[in-house]
Amino acid sequence: MKCEARNATTRRRFLALAGGAMGAFGAASLLTVRPAVATPASMAAAIREVVGEAPVRPGKIKLDLPPLVENGNTVPLTVTVDSPMTAASYVKRLHIFNEKNPEPNIVTFHLGPRAGRANISTRIRLADTQSVIAIAELSDGSFWSESVDVIVTIAACTEESK
Amino acid sequence: MAAAYAGEIPLSERKSGYALMSRDTQKMQDDRTANPGTLWVLEGETLWSQKAGSAAKSCAGCHGNSGSSMTGVAARYPAYNTTLRRPINLEQRINICRTERQHATAFAYESKEVLALSAFVGSQSLGRKIAPPADKRLTPFRNTGRDLFDLRQGQLNLSCAQCHNDNWSRRLSGAIIPQAHPTGYPLYRLEWQSLGSLQRRLRNCLIGMRAEPFEYGAPEYVALELYLMSRARGMRIETPAVRP
Amino acid sequence: MARALINVPAKATRGQVIEIKTLISHPMETGYRPDYNGKLVPRDIINKFVCTYNGTEVFRADLHPAIAANPFISFYTVATESGVLTFTWTGDDGKSFVEKASITVA
Ligand code: HEC
Ligand code: HEC
Repeated sequence: MKCEARNATTRRRFLALAGGAMGAFGAASLLTVRPAVATPASMAAAIREVVGEAPVRPGKIKLDLPPLVENGNTVPLTVTVDSPMTAASYVKRLHIFNEKNPEPNIVTFHLGPRAGRANISTRIRLADTQSVIAIAELSDGSFWSESVDVIVTIAACTEESK
Repeated sequence: MAAAYAGEIPLSERKSGYALMSRDTQKMQDDRTANPGTLWVLEGETLWSQKAGSAAKSCAGCHGNSGSSMTGVAARYPAYNTTLRRPINLEQRINICRTERQHATAFAYESKEVLALSAFVGSQSLGRKIAPPADKRLTPFRNTGRDLFDLRQGQLNLSCAQCHNDNWSRRLSGAIIPQAHPTGYPLYRLEWQSLGSLQRRLRNCLIGMRAEPFEYGAPEYVALELYLMSRARGMRIETPAVRP
Repeated sequence: MARALINVPAKATRGQVIEIKTLISHPMETGYRPDYNGKLVPRDIINKFVCTYNGTEVFRADLHPAIAANPFISFYTVATESGVLTFTWTGDDGKSFVEKASITVA
């Protein structure tokens, strides 16, 4: 817990109280129960499924996620690929993966030259602090990726305290 | 009601929960076409013009098609109800029209319908200043709300005021403690992944304090709502807002 | 499925790249969430979203349970000609929800 001190005495007293409240104010989010947790290994397998043996290079793709997420249930995500989006050179597919949700796949977007611009936004769920990876598949068959680390904070005052 | 009560946040330092949330969440609220709350407002607009009950009347039939007759209404609720001789909140007011004017069965608290209608009615006051009625009959109820706000309760022996007056802007686990202004209800809470009422929000805080939550619609909640609205007087309505 | 909100500019010039925003009400049940009795709520998500422009597919998404409730997707397309954009969301139960928007291209 990070608190900015405005008044040292009340702060100490409050922290003691709130420390007790932590359990009750802790998260009961949709994803806290995870019978099967995706691991970096299952993410690697999901990625191999998409790229096969082709090399995946860093670059060309930009993945925007807030570095500190307010609530893992709804995380804004924007992905942009540096591509002219012409009939000769365009983005075919964009895949988003994660490490620690129950399943490694988040979403796949299919696009083509008619998109005009390879820029897509959506909202995702993240069960935990983890890495999110975006992979772009271009019309020339090359793959490009970017990985972003996201810190998921725990919501306070959630519905039930169980 | 010009000055803040003792122990309250000075009027000039008041901030909506909006000001304390991330830029991303603010953008989600500001862009009508990206704000999930709009889905409920649209649903409410549909219900508004649908005939219901044995009277076969729609809200629009009595209040006009556009909903513009509802401008400013949410900014002055809870209001005193002469028949019941106590204050009622907006959801209760809608349900009174539902049962007494449409002769239909009341909507359950937190049902999709009452959330949709209160979002539609509430959004007609978007940008308006909160203006609690200067009705003397409300005073004892508002005082009860204020006492509840200051009361230490629950297993943790905490009061609402300790968090929301004395420690706002600090972090409690991951969340920033807001000042608890009811400017955006019903609102889309990312945690809920849904729209919810102010009473649902209060219920969440009571559970967090390990206190026994009241039944939905309980006079205690309405008293708290009344006090929170007067504490936020002059602040602008954001319905439907988005919060973490 | 109930209600969708789509935002497409009503007018555009030929060749203009336009932004399209879509929102639909859906709980996106992951299949991993226990109900009040501790039993898992069965998975129920929108798994596919397609946008066609005068009948030609211009954008498609395969969604998984990690897409947040009330899915929001925004993307771009080139305004080629006047006509109709059709948006189709398909759920695990195979049922689809369709919404249309017209555009005038000058
Ligand atoms: C048969 C006519 C009729 C219908 C149908 C009706 N109302 Fe009303 N409504 C009234 C009247 C008359 C009042 C004000 C008098 C009163 O206190 O009852 C009122 C008051 C209200 C108010 C409070 C306004 C204020 O200024 O305080 C709200 C909010 C409201 N109605 C919402 C609704 C909604 C939502 C519906 C549909 C579910 C609805 N009404 C259906 C007649 C109607
Ligand atoms: C231990 C600290 C704590 C206590 C005690 C507490 N709350 Fe809260 N409250 C919070 C936090 C933290 C949030 C914001 C939750 C989040 O963003 O996850 C919040 C949010 C709220 C909001 C929503 C504000 C908005 O912008 O929509 C209201 C209203 C509120 N509380 C009222 C109350 C009332 C009334 C009580 C007493 C019955 C109370 N709270 C007790 C910590 C507390």
